[in-house]
Amino acid sequence: MTAEDQTKLKVEDLNLSFGSVQALMDVSFEVNGDEILALIGPNGAGKTSLLNCVSGFYHAQRGRVSFEGHDISRFSPSKRAKLGISRTFQNIELYTGLTALDNLMAARHVYIKYGPVAGSFFFGKARREEVENRKVVEEIIDLLEMEEVRYRVVESLPYGLRKRVDMGRALALHPKLLLLDEPMAGMNVEEKEDMARFILDIHELWKIPIIIVEHDMGVVMDICHRVVVLDFGLKLAEGTPAEIKQNEKVIQAYLGKE
Amino acid sequence: MWRPCGTFDDTYEKDISIVRTPAQWSITVAGLAVLAVLPLFASGYFMTTVNLIAISIISAQGLGILTGLTGQISLGQGAFMGVGAYTLMMLMNYLGFSFWLALPCAMVSAGIIGLIFGLPSLRIKGFYLAMATLSAQFIIPWVITNVRPDLTGGTSTINIQYPSLFGLDLSKQSSMYYVIIFFTIAILYLTRNLARSKIGRAFVAIRDNDLAAEIMGLEVFRYKLLSFTICSMYAGLAGSLWVLWVGAVNVDSFTLHESIWFLGMIIVGGLGSIPGVCFGVIFIRVLELFVQQISPPIAALFPDAIGAAIKSGLSPFTFGLVILLFLIYEPRGLAHRWEIVKHFYRRWPFSY
Ligand SMILES: Nc1ncnc2c1ncn2[C@@H]1O[C@H](COP(=O)(O)OP(=O)(O)OP(=O)(O)O)[C@@H](O)[C@H]1O
Ligand SMILES: [Mg+2]
Repeated sequence: MTAEDQTKLKVEDLNLSFGSVQALMDVSFEVNGDEILALIGPNGAGKTSLLNCVSGFYHAQRGRVSFEGHDISRFSPSKRAKLGISRTFQNIELYTGLTALDNLMAARHVYIKYGPVAGSFFFGKARREEVENRKVVEEIIDLLEMEEVRYRVVESLPYGLRKRVDMGRALALHPKLLLLDEPMAGMNVEEKEDMARFILDIHELWKIPIIIVEHDMGVVMDICHRVVVLDFGLKLAEGTPAEIKQNEKVIQAYLGKE
Repeated sequence: MWRPCGTFDDTYEKDISIVRTPAQWSITVAGLAVLAVLPLFASGYFMTTVNLIAISIISAQGLGILTGLTGQISLGQGAFMGVGAYTLMMLMNYLGFSFWLALPCAMVSAGIIGLIFGLPSLRIKGFYLAMATLSAQFIIPWVITNVRPDLTGGTSTINIQYPSLFGLDLSKQSSMYYVIIFFTIAILYLTRNLARSKIGRAFVAIRDNDLAAEIMGLEVFRYKLLSFTICSMYAGLAGSLWVLWVGAVNVDSFTLHESIWFLGMIIVGGLGSIPGVCFGVIFIRVLELFVQQISPPIAALFPDAIGAAIKSGLSPFTFGLVILLFLIYEPRGLAHRWEIVKHFYRRWPFSY
């Protein structure tokens, strides 16, 4: 096993329930090296819940989440972010009152060290750190082609651009693992192509593992290396896109006959 | 965002600076010059009002950070001012501290008390948090009047010795003005910096989406407590200057009434805007004085019983009405009006 194939994320026997609703049942899988893993399944299958367990927003009743060999099951979300787990949200959870730029700058938080006193004077170290981190953020703005909307308050942006800011914010954290919850939902073909291109660019540039929740099988086939299929909280199948396409159980539960 | 015309930033350093164009520099310098010579031309009564407004701006900026930026409602700002005021008085009168040494201590003690009353914010939000901070407004004055009345004076007024600065006696409104306005300008500068720093972004992130903020790596609880602490440190400073302003301290200055007025000021001014908070304070304080001036003559027009009711009721009535009108017609406050004027000026003569 080479360094690139190392297990980055390991999810073991996750169980999560909300009252009588069993959202996840003994779900296990791994993310290795810098692969792009698709997480698919019908509505309510538990895809978002699974991402929530990884990013720490939900705590599973049973099971384990390990990141780079450490058990992080009991870590707070902010601590997981510091370890390098970053995500986007299905319903876009931005800081609506801040500009696109400041949304990204806010995500640099874990890298900025100065405290409230230095911040109040904004000299020396504080100013230097602001400028350094601004440069990092500008690179991401460049990458996602959002120069035009830098200074726009997020509230006033159309849906597609807000999705992009959400993505930018996740990237500004310079993650070691990126979780994308339906990054292309509600987009037209052109926007989807842009987004797919961005994801591939980032992957190319940073060589990080990515988990994508996505309904569009075309996109999944195009950009993902491996697929995990969920159905009613159960892991139904796992394999390469080509294998999944042929899998009888998956066809019955989700894909349907062509 | 519209920026001053013709300003293009070639470095990020410039992009993050506050005062950027020559016009802005001239306005800033001219404004400071006017403030510097003001006492030479203004009456004592006028300066008393200016001082009150300047002190109120400090306290309101604190509340602006907590409520406007961080989105945590507090109904205890008046009480936190009281903590600062009484700390200052006791340190000066019983331990022989100078005013200048007692002042930072008063800020710290108000900050700590504010932090403690901010603890419920870790579990509760919005209306429930408002109720929890309201408890500060009942507990603190009760402690001041009842626990050690031999030290705090209970409900009676306790004087302090007016401090001096480089031999300059600060007992006159026109001379203490310089101390007060110095702190007010310093607070505005520091607040402006804080708001655009990492800390300010974290505060707004928590206000707008605390769940996402936590997932993006912000320790939400730390920042909420920090916000409460800063807010009440500002209150402690304002409370101390209040003691200087009056030359004495009395528990009646720090009532729920004051706390609600502060909330009113930042609502009228526009939540989350630093100039807005200043406008709000000036607007409400001037309105308060105006109503005080006109209510006796109006009351005189009516028979005694009704007249007395008007005298006491006109001020809260006007206040309530103003807040209501702002909430309905301009929820973004005076700050929004100000932005409109600024945009108009910047894009003139091309209005669209
Ligand atoms: N906070 C919650 N409280 C109660 N039930 C929840 C909660 N979050 C998720 N669920 C339930 O868990 C199940 C899985 O939901 P989840 O959002 O993970 O599905 P999903 O696969 O992301 O679906 P979609 O494709 O619609 O986004 C659903 O039955 C949902 O109702
Ligand atoms: Mg989902």
